[in-house]
Amino acid sequence: MCSLNQIIGLKGKEKNSIVSLNRKNNNTWAEIKKHKYLYLLATPTLIYFIIFKFGPMWGLLMAFQDYNPFKGLLHSPWIGFKLFEEMFKDPFFFYMLRNTVVIAMLKLFFYFPIPIFLAIMLNEVRHNTYRKLVQTVVYFPHFLSWVITASLTFFALSANMGFINKIRVGAGLEQILFLVNPDYFWPIVLIQSIWKESGWGTIIFMAALVSIDLQLYEAALIDGATRLQRIWYVTLPGLLPTIVVLLILRLGQVFDVGFEQILLMQNPMIRDVAEIFDTYSYNQGILQGQYSLGVAVGFFKSCIGLFFLVTSNFLVKKSGNEGIF
Amino acid sequence: MINKFSWGDGINYIVLGLVSIVCFLPIFYVLSISFTDPSVFMPLEFKLFPEKLSLASYYYIISTSSFRSALTNSVMVSIAGTMLNVFVTFTGAYALSKSTLPGYKVILSLITFTLVFSAGMVPSYMLVKGLHLINSYWAIILPVVTNAWSFLVVRSFMVAIPSEIEEAAKIDGCNDITLFARIIIPLSMPAIATFTLFFAVDYWNAFFNTMLYITNTKMWTLPLLIKSMIIDSSATSGFAAAGIVSDRQNVPQETVKMAAIILSMLPIVILYPFLQKYFVKGVMIGAVKG
Repeated sequence: MCSLNQIIGLKGKEKNSIVSLNRKNNNTWAEIKKHKYLYLLATPTLIYFIIFKFGPMWGLLMAFQDYNPFKGLLHSPWIGFKLFEEMFKDPFFFYMLRNTVVIAMLKLFFYFPIPIFLAIMLNEVRHNTYRKLVQTVVYFPHFLSWVITASLTFFALSANMGFINKIRVGAGLEQILFLVNPDYFWPIVLIQSIWKESGWGTIIFMAALVSIDLQLYEAALIDGATRLQRIWYVTLPGLLPTIVVLLILRLGQVFDVGFEQILLMQNPMIRDVAEIFDTYSYNQGILQGQYSLGVAVGFFKSCIGLFFLVTSNFLVKKSGNEGIF
Repeated sequence: MINKFSWGDGINYIVLGLVSIVCFLPIFYVLSISFTDPSVFMPLEFKLFPEKLSLASYYYIISTSSFRSALTNSVMVSIAGTMLNVFVTFTGAYALSKSTLPGYKVILSLITFTLVFSAGMVPSYMLVKGLHLINSYWAIILPVVTNAWSFLVVRSFMVAIPSEIEEAAKIDGCNDITLFARIIIPLSMPAIATFTLFFAVDYWNAFFNTMLYITNTKMWTLPLLIKSMIIDSSATSGFAAAGIVSDRQNVPQETVKMAAIILSMLPIVILYPFLQKYFVKGVMIGAVKG
């Protein structure tokens, strides 16, 4: 076989140096060319991620500039962290932080356990048809848009048209203005989420429940455990790994509290309790044209989210489970 | 196995039954009002079952041009968008499922990165604006033509396809693209079905991007119409913006709004029972992966 070495006439140790350099280049290029069709197939995806996911990241620089749309990204004056300083000093920022945290906590404590209970209850149902029927009904709200969910909420709670107020009027009571009263906003958002997503959330737990060893149940039965005891000592521990992983993953998305949902339910009278980071980014950043501020708020939120996610992933791994990375 | 029906079972069944009713009740209420004959409809009265049934509200809403155009727009965007999404996601996922591809690890980690960090709303908005896509349907489709989660799930599905089949095809002289089109795609039908449904539902329900990028009300999709009709107004202003003139005497606003909602839910309601198992499977695949 005619090799490069023979042509050049290199001997011994020298043989490896140049040839291996060449071989590495040749190999990589050869590999790339060999897979050229695969790269072709990957092109749409790659173009998408480069343009629409990584492209906007340059825009994050706007958070450090006094962005002027006419001067553009390259020529707007740089102001460093001043915008962030202003942000932290603005009292409204803490309303936003509070609202986001409160809604996140409410959802965590009240929404999160519900699919677990539902899944356990569904698992205990012995008639397959009844269980499938209930599952079909509770999964369904997941497929409705937030626009429809918000509309249904309006149909229930609004003044004059909402059926709750209709019932009250029929009974001679005063109407309650649910939708413009700040005290009701958080519970309303919570109940909306529960109605819409609990059913769908049972899917993962049902899958985990099915994988619990039946022999454990039989052993518990032999030991004389009642149904509740079986649930407490066999089912729940069996679900624990899944619960832990889901809980921690959820903590990683802590500040994603439901942008579309909240945007639809916002109105000027409840702004104090209803503004979260994303809606502020939208209202101030896009609607009011304060681009730098919108970017700064969004950047802050993304960074916190990333921090929580990395921490959560670390905790998951520490607890012996598999993390995301 | 215990065969008798115990107290615990009874309570369980009742609670689950109540949960189902609560899930279903708001929809039932809307359904009932939408079919109420306008002549017997009393705005401030609460009635769960209509006294007289009629399709008047439905006739009315379908007759408005803004509803019809919103419906057509929604259908077009959903179909086109779903096809594009499936194409981009599956081609890319297949290519990156081959561990022999140079650089695939780097690309994969970059894509995974977008799963946990995003540039945010404003920079994305400026990008779309800069690409001159405002008021074009591309603005609703391109920014979401694929996403890291779908991509990774489809990819893990592709990784699971046994390599013997591909090797056999390669021996027979297939290049990668033919291999993809003739063999991988037919093998991936379950995943394609599942993700077609996921994407279709997402497009049908999509509201924020449309609201953000499309200011021409003639180009509105169904969610925006509904939002304008129902949420943006307690008075008639939203109706007017939606281009729907309500003839208060003959067809009251409320029944019309209900009919509109039912119609916008209709495709999902019709397809849902048949497709439920695909959706559930999709979540399971995703759960196993991540």
